[in-house]
Order: sequence, then C-alpha cells, then structure tokens
Amino acid sequence: MKHTLSVLVENKPGVLTRVASLFARRGFNIDSLAVGTTEDPTISRMTIVVSADETALEQITKQLYKLINVLKVQDLDPEEMIDRELVLYKVSAAPERRHEIIEIANVFRAKIVDVGRASLTIEATGTGDKLAAMEDLLRAYGIKELARTGKIALARGSRDA
Amino acid sequence: MKMTGAQAMVRLLQKEGVEVVFGYPGGVVLPLFDALYEAEGIRVILTRHEQGATHAADAYARVTGKPGVVIVTSGPGAANTVTGIANAYMDSVPIVVITGQVATHVLGTDAFQETDITGITIPITKHNYLVDDPADIPSIMAEAFHIASTGRPGPVLIDLPVDVSRGEIDFTYPERVNLPGYKPTVKGHAKQVHQAAALIAKARKPLLYVGGGVLSSNGAKELKELAELMQLPVVTTLMGKGAFPEDHHLFVGMPGMHGGKFTNYAITETDLLLGVGVRFDDRVTGKLATFASKAKVVHVDVDPAEIGKNRPVDVPIVGDARAVISAITAELRKMNAEPRTDAWMHVIDDWRARYPFHYHTSETAIMPQYVVERVRELTKGRPTVFTTEVGQNQMWACQYLRITEPRTWVSSGGLGTMGFGLPAAIGAQLGRPDHLVIDIAGDGSIQMNSQELATAAINKLPVKVVILNNGYLGMVRQWQELFYEHRYSSSTLPQDCPDFVKLAEAYGCFGIRATTPAELDDALVAAFAYDGPAIVDVRVEREENVFPMVAPGGSIDEMLGGIPGGPVSEMLDEELFEEVWE
Ligand SMILES: Cc1ncc(C[n+]2csc(CCOP(=O)(O)OP(=O)(O)O)c2C)c(N)n1
Ligand SMILES: [Mg+2]
Repeated sequence: MKHTLSVLVENKPGVLTRVASLFARRGFNIDSLAVGTTEDPTISRMTIVVSADETALEQITKQLYKLINVLKVQDLDPEEMIDRELVLYKVSAAPERRHEIIEIANVFRAKIVDVGRASLTIEATGTGDKLAAMEDLLRAYGIKELARTGKIALARGSRDA
Repeated sequence: MKMTGAQAMVRLLQKEGVEVVFGYPGGVVLPLFDALYEAEGIRVILTRHEQGATHAADAYARVTGKPGVVIVTSGPGAANTVTGIANAYMDSVPIVVITGQVATHVLGTDAFQETDITGITIPITKHNYLVDDPADIPSIMAEAFHIASTGRPGPVLIDLPVDVSRGEIDFTYPERVNLPGYKPTVKGHAKQVHQAAALIAKARKPLLYVGGGVLSSNGAKELKELAELMQLPVVTTLMGKGAFPEDHHLFVGMPGMHGGKFTNYAITETDLLLGVGVRFDDRVTGKLATFASKAKVVHVDVDPAEIGKNRPVDVPIVGDARAVISAITAELRKMNAEPRTDAWMHVIDDWRARYPFHYHTSETAIMPQYVVERVRELTKGRPTVFTTEVGQNQMWACQYLRITEPRTWVSSGGLGTMGFGLPAAIGAQLGRPDHLVIDIAGDGSIQMNSQELATAAINKLPVKVVILNNGYLGMVRQWQELFYEHRYSSSTLPQDCPDFVKLAEAYGCFGIRATTPAELDDALVAAFAYDGPAIVDVRVEREENVFPMVAPGGSIDEMLGGIPGGPVSEMLDEELFEEVWE
C-alpha cells in the first residue's frame, strides 16, 4: 500500500543523502520524494511516497527517527491530507490540433506556459488521479517530454490543535 | 581564548576525559598530532594499521564503558578505519573516529588523499560530521561524544579538513548539546513495565534472553537481582556474555547456531521470552517461524527500531535495559510475586546434564576445545579479559570459557571480523592494565592484524595470543565439509607458515609452541607468566568441527552433531512436567 510520509528534517548539508541512503540500504522503495524548506528556514520538509505494508512502514518510520537530523515523521492519512503535484508536459502539437489540446488543459484547469512551433507546454497541478487522467488524454497527441516535482502534502487544517 | 582548531580538539578530548587515543598520522592530520604532542593526560598509541587502531578503540570502549577515540589521516587512513567502524556499529560500541581531510577549498576535486569518508560511513556510523568552520568544533565534539555514548551506543565520525584544524577560533566550552532530533528514551513505559511483570509473575517457563544492551547500560547487577528474585533462567548471546555470571545455577548458556542444545531447547519450550538488549539476530534465531514459537515475547531495547523488526512482540518496552530491569523488579516486589520456576529449572537442568558441550578427547592430538578448557582452568581466579578472533576459535571460546564479570569478554559479534582479536586485546589491556588479557585466536585471523604485535611490544602491553592453529580457515572448512562435499576450496593454510614462534620473536615478543597435550599446560603457563606480550602456537587437531550446530536457516532445536537427541518435543519428559507442576 502507498503511504505519504511527511518528514521534517534539519536543513543541513547531507541530510537528503542520509535519508535516501537509508531507504536504499534497507530495501524500501521510494515512489516519489520532494524536498523544500518550511516556514522555518532551518527546517525542511521531505514528502516521501513509499509502497510498504504496515510492518515495513513501522520499520521505515523507526529507522528514519534514528537519523539524528530527522525531527518528525508523519504517515499522512489519505482522507485527511491535501496533496499536490506539479507536472510539466511538452506535447506534440501540430497547429491544427492545438485547440484540442488547449481544451483538455482547460478542462483540467491546467495552463499553457509555452508555445513552440510544434509543441505546447502545459503546467498542471493536482492529485495523482487527476494528473493521471490528463496524462492519459495527452498521450494520444504524443508527450515529448515530461517533468514532475513529486508529491507534496500537508495534513488538513481540521487536524490542527 | 584564541587557539587553533586542532588545539581546541585536544582541549575537548581532555574535557571528555579521554586518556588514550589510538591513531596513525599523515599529511592533513598533522596539526592535530602536533597539538597532541605534549597534551597532558592523553596517551597516544601509535598502532601499525588504522584498522588496528579502530578495533583497539572499540575494545577499549567495551572494557571501560568510555568512548574509544581514533585519530587518523584522510584518504587511505580514513578508508582503513572502515572495517573497524562497521564492527563497532554492528556491536553498538561507542567510538569517536576523527579523520583528517583535505582543505575545504579543494574538497570535491579528487585532491591528493581525498576520500569522501562521511559519504562512505553514512551506513555504518550512528552519525557523522564534516566540519567546515573551526567555530563549530566545540559543539560538534560535544555532540559526537554525546551521541556515541548515549541511547544505543555507536560510532561517530568527525571529518576535519586541514584548514579547519589550522584555523583560529575563540574557544569556549560548549554549555550543552542541542540535538532536537535525538532524545533517546531511558525509562520504560509504566504500563508496559507492569504488563511484563504480570507476565513474569505467572509464567511457568520464563526465560531471560540477554544481549549486549545489558552490558552497555551497565545493568548486570540489576539483571542478577531480577533473575534471582524470580529464579528466572538466563541465556546470554555472544554479545551479552558477562552480563550474567556463567557459573551461576540460573545460567543456561548461549543460544543460536553454535549454542548449547540445552539452551536452544529452553528457547523452544519457553512460554515467556524476556528479550533484554537483544536484537533477535539470525545467528541466534535460526528459522524465525520456529523460534520461541510457544512463547509470549517481552522485548526491552533502547532502540525502538529493533523491537518487532524480526519477531512480533507482545510487550514492547523502549528504554535503557538497566532502568527497565530495575522497574520490572520493583513492580514484581510490589506485587509480592513469588518464583515458580522449580519445575522448569528441573527440566532445564536435566537437558543441561544430558546435552553438555562435548568432544572426543585424545592422548596424542591437542583438541582445540581442550585448549580453551585449559586456558579457562589456568586463569581461574585471575582477573582476565578474553578477546577472540573469528571462526571456530571464537565459537569454542564461547562454549568453553566461563565469563563471570561484565565487560571482560570482547568479541566481534555482528560483523564477525577476522583480525579483531589482537588489536582488541591491545585496547582491552590499556583499558584494564591490571587484567590478564588473552586473545583466543585462529591461525587465519591472527594474520589479518599481526602487525599489531609491534604495538603490544613497544607499548609493553603484555597481551597473550593463544592460536588454535589448525592449518585451516577452520570454520570455512567446516562448512565445506558439511555443505560442499568436502571440497576445501581456498581454505587450507600451511600450519607452519608463518612460524608463529619466530614471528613473535621478530617483534620482541615471547613465542612458544605446543604440539602434544603434554606440552600444552607448560606452554600456556609460561606465556601467561611472561612479563610481556606472548604467542602460544598450539598445533591442534586439524579437522575438528564446532558442534552442535544449527544448519543455516534451520530451526534452532534441530542441531547437527553434539550428543544425540531429537528435537525438543521428543525429549521433553512430559511425566516430569506433570509431576512437578500439579
Ligand atoms: C575479514 C574476514 N574475512 C573473511 C571472513 C569469513 N570467515 C569466517 S571464519 C573464517 C575462517 C577463520 O579462520 P581461522 O582464523 O584460522 O579460525 P578457525 O575457524 O580455523 O578457528 C573465515 C575466512 C571473516 N569472518 N572475516
Ligand atoms: Mg584456523
């Protein structure tokens, strides 16, 4: 099962390596990983998506806590989190088919951020499901290049004290 | 006060109470060695190899309970510590390894003798640091010693670029460490402690399964109190040896691959396994599905990640072993719990009597087990620290020595590092100058760090190396005999190359050989009495095997060799159980 871990770490050199190396050597697979500083510049948040059963997840969490620079590990409840990912798609777009592609982008509230001679670049944000649906449609036109940020997430405000 | 980074390092070592440093110099670490040159209260032991320095520091830490310190140069020096660091990591030993590094402005350029030692050691250190500003030295040193020696102890590495150690700082002692992400739990959770006590109070076949955690927490006394209060039988792992006196009537041996049959039977039959400072290592558990499968499990460990890692647990208790043991004992006293293990001890005693360790004696050949027995007898009553190498020698040492005091047994457990025993003996001797220190060695292992004989000789450290010279990588040969159709691929060593007596003499040590049982005692006595380091080259029966043995991946109650007897279910005398209990 997929879990979204929100991991607060000290913003120090080498912390990403420590976390990545831990996942690699303990045989845990990372589906996606996104890092950035938080409201406190000395602390970064890593959002890590892993596929793991309960036992493995418990090990991952405990092993993460053993890293001195790790401050907090949260397994976000899918029902109680806001998660987003940003994707850039560069789609083949002959002039006569552009409007179709633009329409798809509109339906998904995505933006056209670059127009080339034979391509359109679309910026889309959303949850995994939405992006997957959109990608599916864009495939028909030919996706030339794709870049994604990896998922970021926060627990919903209703969970705050 | 203004001083250089290197001088600050030395001040901080002094402040941490460091009396001995094991090291080896080189270009970029020279500022630090220079600052150590006339440092008060710190003895620098120049080993002959950085691996030797690291193992010596490891053993020093094990016998004293204080962190061991290593200082080496960058590149090859740092790389040579890797095995020693991995060894300390696997066995949870507090050491602080300080490595010189190339200057910060050339870091990352493949400069001469640059190696990314912090990168290399991420998986084998509890934490590590690359210092890039001399001003950080005080806080990093304080953190390093704190992290190494608290919680689950382990190695910490500090990589110190040469310009940082030359740089100037305005020195003040750090007031306290500030590590928001590091807060080991000491006290066990009260509810869980109560649950554990309640289970102990009503268990009929309880068993304490004790490991190195009890030694690191200095909890041997508390363990004995608990065991005696409730008359709980105790097994200690290879790492836990010395946590409970091996001559005590409640002592039930070492579990696992080469443990006692009686020990493994006890684990298989127990109804309450109390794991304290252990990690359910595969060499102990064998096949997990059948390990203590009739038991409820209480697991006490300071490292939460060990609890439930290999074996589901009924009562998990995160905390310092000593603190939790004391709390459980207090709880049992409050409950007025009474021991009820008479019948169980009866069964265990019966197994112990039926399945002792056993070997065929010989008039002409020296049996390796006999050597260990003679070492045991000839050192009786004399405070002794035993170190071991790895292989059959180590397993026979486990089976035939009697370790009765905490921190007097030093063996490479988790990593199984050949070449550990001699440098370990050196570190142990420095930590315990009044003890006799004996390395039970193999002819293969001893050659992996025999250069340290020089360290022993020059520093007048009278360690004794007893080589069970079988002319084989014996443990490898044993596996090849049992599982690879006697095909002794790359496991034969000529018994007389090197000539270990001459090797000892070349270093100015005492060397003596025993080739017949009649010569053995005299050789051992002479070596132990000698006022300096000594090697005893004992030519033992070459193809003796360590038995009993659990086949790799097998159930621990199904052992090869040893005194015949089936799996535990057949051997249990049901009648006896009924009679004593009802
Ligand atoms: C550094 C290292 N290399 C290889 C091994 C694998 N190994 C385990 S036991 C052993 C044989 C040890 O031979 P010796 O020291 O003569 O001991 P014996 O088993 O003969 O008593 C070997 C090669 C190891 N444990 N450590
Ligand atoms: Mg050998």
